[in-house]
Amino acid sequence: MPGLGATYGRGGATGFQQDLVNADCIVIEGSNMAECHPVGFQWVMEAKARGAKVIHIDPRFTRTSAVSDTHVPLRAGTDIAFLGGLISYVLENELDFRDYVLAYTNASSLVGEDFVDTEDLDGLFSGWDQDSKSYDKTSWQFEGAHEPSATGTDEIDPPAPQKDSLGQPVTDPTLQHPRSVYQVMKRHFARYTPEMVGDICGIEPEVFLDVARAVTANSGRDRTTAWVYSVGWTHHTVGVQYIRTAGILQALLGNMGRPGGGILALRGHASIQGSTDIPTLYNLLPGYLPMPHAEEHATLDDFCKVGDEMVGFWGGTRAYMVSLLKAWFGDAATAENDWCYDLLPKINGDHGSYRQVADMIQGKIPGYFLVGENPAVGHANGKMQRLGLANLDWLVVRDLQMIESATFWQTAPEIATGELVTDQIGTEVFFMPAATHTEKEGTFTNTQRVLQWHRQAIEPPDDARSDLWFYFHLGRILRDRLRDSTDPRDRGLQALTWDYPTHGPLVEPSAEAVLREINGVGPDGKALSSYTELKDDGTTTAGCWIYTGVYADEVNQSDRRKPGREQNWVAPEWGWAWPANRRTLYNRASADPEGKPWSERKAYVWWDEDAQRWTGHDVPDFEATKPPSYRPEPGAKGAAGISGADAFIMQNDGKAWLYAPSGLADGPLPTHYEPDESPMPNLLYRQQANPGREVIEAAWNRSNPPTSDVYPYAFTTYRLTEHHTAGGMSRTLPYLAELQPEFFVEVSPQLAHERGLENGGWATLVSARTAIEARVLVTERMRPLKVGGGRVVHQIGVPYHWGEQGISTGDSGNDLFGVVMDPNVHIQESKVATCDIQAGRRPRGPALVDLVESYRQRAGVKSGRVPVGGRSPVEETNMTGEDSGADTTQSAPDHIAEGTS
Amino acid sequence: MSQISSASPAFTGNDPENRLFGPLPDVTGEAGYEPDHPARVGFFTDTSVCIGCKACEVACKEWNTLPMDDADGNRDALGLSGMSYDNTGMLGANSWRHVAFVEQSRSVDLPMPAIGAPAAPGQGVGSAGGCGGSCGSAETPSHANADGVTIDQHSVLNAQALSSFDPQTAQSADREIRWLMSSDVCKHCTHAGCLDVCPTGALFRTEFGTVVVQDDICNGCGYCVPACPYGVIDQRKDDGRVFKCTMCYDRLTDGLQPACATACPTQSIQFGDLDELQARADARLATLTEQGVTTARLYGRDTDDGVGGAGAFFLLLDEPEVYGLPPDPVVTTRDLPSMWRHAAGAAAMLVGVALSGFLGRRR
Repeated sequence: MPGLGATYGRGGATGFQQDLVNADCIVIEGSNMAECHPVGFQWVMEAKARGAKVIHIDPRFTRTSAVSDTHVPLRAGTDIAFLGGLISYVLENELDFRDYVLAYTNASSLVGEDFVDTEDLDGLFSGWDQDSKSYDKTSWQFEGAHEPSATGTDEIDPPAPQKDSLGQPVTDPTLQHPRSVYQVMKRHFARYTPEMVGDICGIEPEVFLDVARAVTANSGRDRTTAWVYSVGWTHHTVGVQYIRTAGILQALLGNMGRPGGGILALRGHASIQGSTDIPTLYNLLPGYLPMPHAEEHATLDDFCKVGDEMVGFWGGTRAYMVSLLKAWFGDAATAENDWCYDLLPKINGDHGSYRQVADMIQGKIPGYFLVGENPAVGHANGKMQRLGLANLDWLVVRDLQMIESATFWQTAPEIATGELVTDQIGTEVFFMPAATHTEKEGTFTNTQRVLQWHRQAIEPPDDARSDLWFYFHLGRILRDRLRDSTDPRDRGLQALTWDYPTHGPLVEPSAEAVLREINGVGPDGKALSSYTELKDDGTTTAGCWIYTGVYADEVNQSDRRKPGREQNWVAPEWGWAWPANRRTLYNRASADPEGKPWSERKAYVWWDEDAQRWTGHDVPDFEATKPPSYRPEPGAKGAAGISGADAFIMQNDGKAWLYAPSGLADGPLPTHYEPDESPMPNLLYRQQANPGREVIEAAWNRSNPPTSDVYPYAFTTYRLTEHHTAGGMSRTLPYLAELQPEFFVEVSPQLAHERGLENGGWATLVSARTAIEARVLVTERMRPLKVGGGRVVHQIGVPYHWGEQGISTGDSGNDLFGVVMDPNVHIQESKVATCDIQAGRRPRGPALVDLVESYRQRAGVKSGRVPVGGRSPVEETNMTGEDSGADTTQSAPDHIAEGTS
Repeated sequence: MSQISSASPAFTGNDPENRLFGPLPDVTGEAGYEPDHPARVGFFTDTSVCIGCKACEVACKEWNTLPMDDADGNRDALGLSGMSYDNTGMLGANSWRHVAFVEQSRSVDLPMPAIGAPAAPGQGVGSAGGCGGSCGSAETPSHANADGVTIDQHSVLNAQALSSFDPQTAQSADREIRWLMSSDVCKHCTHAGCLDVCPTGALFRTEFGTVVVQDDICNGCGYCVPACPYGVIDQRKDDGRVFKCTMCYDRLTDGLQPACATACPTQSIQFGDLDELQARADARLATLTEQGVTTARLYGRDTDDGVGGAGAFFLLLDEPEVYGLPPDPVVTTRDLPSMWRHAAGAAAMLVGVALSGFLGRRR
C-alpha cells in the first residue's frame, strides 16, 4: 500500500478494528465492510451504539449503508474529487488541527521553485515526459533536500543522480510562504468546491457539506475520526492516490496515531497482509525490502546506498538485508562473498501479473504456478487470463476445488465461441489438492498486522497437502537433483538453508521452525526479541525483519490467546503484531511534542517523566527511552536522526507527508482524473485520465472510448457476503451457493425502464472485451446520478463471483473488464468501467464474438478478433512501467486479484 | 403424570381455567417438569443491528445438517428469487432460520446548499408513514421553488433530523433508504399450537421451555402444520415428516449456545434466559424510543398476546406485516376448551334426548 507507505512510512493498516469503538465518527469509503468484513464490523456497530456517527460513501447502497447514519451515493471513480473537496474545506476554513500539523507533518516544508502544479498545466505536474509517459521527479523536490521515500510496501527510491546527500528541507512554521506545502496544497485543491464535488460525484453539495461538517466536528484534540477503506479504493488507475488523499486529510485533521483515528486498510482476504509482509510479489523481499534491480543494485553496497544515508528506521536497511541473507544462506553467506547477495535473483523491469500474462499469450513463458488463485474468474479480463493459460507448456494449480483456471481447456467460454479448441491447447495441467487451514498449522497475518497462530485440527484427506509441505518437498527434491551440479545458476538453490524438521506420517515440515527462522536468532543461537537487535556483520539472522519478536524468548508469541476481558482494551497479549507488537502505528502522535496526551479523552501513549520512558495502553511506536526533548546531532543517521518530537519514525524527516516529493509515479499530490473508461469528461482538467496509467494494447484487451454512447453506462464490481472472491470456496458449497444462487446485476428502476429490463429477467452486458449475461435485480438501492451539465449517469452493480464450475454457475463479471493499471503498483482498474446493457440473453457460439465486434465497430474501436488459440501480439506497447521497474513503487497482491483460498 | 406431550391439563378437566391461552409464568413446570427444572431460555433477535450476513442460516444448516433448498422450499434446488437478497424465501422444513430483506425508500427534503448552521433537528418530521417498495419517487423531489414554496413532496423529512433516526435507515442523498433485515425463527410459543395438536408425542416441551419435534417419532400426520399461527413448522415433501428449529436442543443439553446465536457477528441474535432477555429488550426499546425511533417495537414479548408470549421474540422497526410476520397471532387451540365444553354439552344433550326417548317408550 504505497499510498500509506509514502505518506506515513509503512504500508499497513495504521490501527486495529477493535479501536473503532473509540471513534467519534467512522467514514467507510471504498469498502463494504458489513458485507465483506462482517466480523470486524461488530466494532463499528459498537461505536455506533456508543454514539459515533457512521458515514458510508459508496456508489451502491449496501448492507453497510443500511446500518450507517448517512450514505453518500457518489459516482464510481470520483473519490479523489470528494476527498479533495474535504481537504479544501479544511484548508479554506482553517479547520486543521494546527498544533498537530505543525509538529508532525511536512506542511511547513518549502517546495522547490521548479515545481509546477496541475492547476497550471491543465492536469499534469511538472516533469512530464510524453515519450516515456512518465514523470521526471526532480522538480518535485523540497528546497534544500532530496527526500527518499521511506515506505512500507513502497521501495526505497533510487538515489537521484544529481544529489549527493539527502539533507533536510527548509521550512516556514508560519505556513504563509507561498511555496510551503500548506499553501501549495491550498491552491492545488482550491477548485474542489462543494459545487464542483457535487457536479463530479453526482451528489448534492449539501450532502458533501454534511459529511465535511461531521468529519471536522469530530476531529481535533478531544475527538477523532477513523477512515476505513478496502479494494474499492485500490482497484483504480489512481488507486494509490485515493489512499494518499485520505492520508493527507487524516494528517491535517490530526487523526493519525490516536485512538479512534487512523486509516484502516481492510485487506481482501485471509492473510493478504502476510503475503505482502513476506511477499508473493516479484519486486519485494520480506519486510518490504526491494527486490534488487539488475542494473541499479549490482552489489550489496549499491543496494544499501540509500539506506545507509537515511534518517529513521530504514537507516537499518543493511542490517535487515544481511540478516535476511544469513537466514537464507546460513554458513554459505560470508562477508567475503557479500553474504551471497549475488545469489539473489534480480529484476530488470515490470514482471507484474498482467505483464506476465501478456507474455504468456505470446508464448514467452513456459510454466506457471497458480496457488490459491483463480485468475480465470478473479482477475480482470478473464479472456486474457484464459488465453494466457492456454499458451503455456505446463501449469500447476494448487487449490481446494477444481476451479475454472484448472479446467479452462474444457470449460472456458472461448471453447464455446471457437477462439480456443481443446485439442489444440498444449498446456499440461497438474492439479494438486491443497489442505485447508484446519488441516495444517501456521499463522494468519490479519488485516491489522496481527499474526495469529492456528493449529491443525485434522489430517488433510487423500492427496491434499499444505503449501508448506508442497514447497518444502519441492525444494528438497530439486536440491537433491542439483546436488552435483556445477552450473552457477544452481548455486542459489544449493546454498539455501533447507533443513526444517518434519513430523507425522505425511512428513510435514514444522511451521514453528519456519516461524522461528523468520524471527531470527542472535550470535548465541537464541531467538531475537526486536529488529533493533539486528546487525550488519553477519552475527544475526532474520527471515523477515519486521517479524522479529514474534518468537521472542523462544515462545511462539503469535499463539497467545489471552481473552480480551482479562487484559487491557488494546489486548496486546492476543497474538502478536508487527512491528514490535505495536497495535496502533505512529502512536507517538497521540501525545503532543512535549509528550503529554493531546487530551485526557484521547490519551494513548505518553512520556512518563519520572520513569524517563514512554508508556501508555499500547507499545510505544518510538524508542522507549528517547525523551521528547531529544534533538539529533546534525548529520545523524538512522534512528539517532529522529527527533524526540517526531512521530513518523520511518520517514527521513520524521514527518507525515502531506506532499510526497518522491515515492509515487503519478504526482506529489493527488489529482482527480476520470477512470480510463468513464461516461463523463473530466470537469477539472483537460487531462481526462491518469496520464501515467499503464495500457496493454492488444486484440484481447480493447478499451471502451471515454464518454462513448455505445458503452453509455458505468458499472462497478463487488463481492457479496455469501460468496468468497472467485467462488472456489463458496459456489462449491450448498449452504453458501443457495444463498446467492445465480449471477445477477443490480440496476435502478430508471435504467430498467430505459432498457426494458425486468426484475428476475435476463440482461446482456457488453464491453469491448466480451458480452456476458446475468439475471436482473431492479432496486432503488441503485441511484441514477445527476452530474455536471445536467446529465444523468446510470451505474450497474456487478458481483463478480461466478464461473462455470461448482454448484452455482454463471458468467463472470470480471470478463467485462479490460486491463489498465495504476503506474505505481500495476493494479488493474476493476472497480469501474463502462458497458452497455440490453434485455435478454447473450448469443451463443461464434455469434457472441460477432456481437462484441459489432459494438467495437460502432464505437470506433480496433478489431478484437483473435486467431484460434489466442496468440495475437501486443501492439506498439506504451506501458510506462516497462522500463521503470526500479523507480516505481509496489504493493499488495490482494489488489491484483482476489484468489480462491 | 408425564406432561410433556399434547396431554394438556385442559384435557384433564382439572383446571377451572383455560390453560391453552393467556400468560403462563412457568411453562416448563406446567409441562410436568420438577420445580428445579432449568430456567426458560429463548432468543431475542434485535433486528436493528442485523447486517443481513446470513451467518445464522449457514450455522443452523451446518449444525443441523439440513439440505440445500430454494426460496420455495424445494429440496436440493437453487434459484434466484428476485426478492432483494433473500433467496431463502421463508422458514420451512429445510430452513430453520430465515433472514428477510425488505427494501423501502422515500424522498426527503434536502436543505438548499448552504455553509451555515444546519436546520434544527426534529423539525419537519411530517407524514413519515412507512411505505413499502415502490413509493419512493423516481424523480428527485421538488425543492423549494423560486418563491420559496416547497411543493410536491412524497413525504417531508428533515435531513438532519433523520440522520439520528432509526438504525436501519440511512440518509442517501435526497432519499431515505431503509433496508430492513431480520432473522426469523420458530417462536417457541408459550402456547404452542403445534405441540397441542400433535397426536404422537413427537412434539414436546423440553426442560428449557422450548418446543422440539422428534423426527424419529413424527408419523407425518401434518396436523401441526395448520396449527402454527406463524406458518413455521413444515413437512418435508419427500418423506412427510415435519421439521423446525429446535433451538439446538442437542447443544443446550451440552451447555452450548444455539449455533445461530454463536455465529451472529453483531449480537443481533441473543440467546439466554428468557426473563433476562426480556429485560434487555425492554431496555433496548427504551433507548431507541428515547433516540426518536418511534416505529421500534417488540414482537412476541407480550405475555398477554395470542400465544402467551414467545420464547423467541424480536425487536422490529416497522409493522410486523412488513417483515412478513402475522400482526396478531393467536394459538389455534385457544378455543379448544370451549369447543370441548360445547361438544360435551352437545353430547350430553344427545344422551338426554336418547334417554328421554327410552324413558318415553317405557312410559
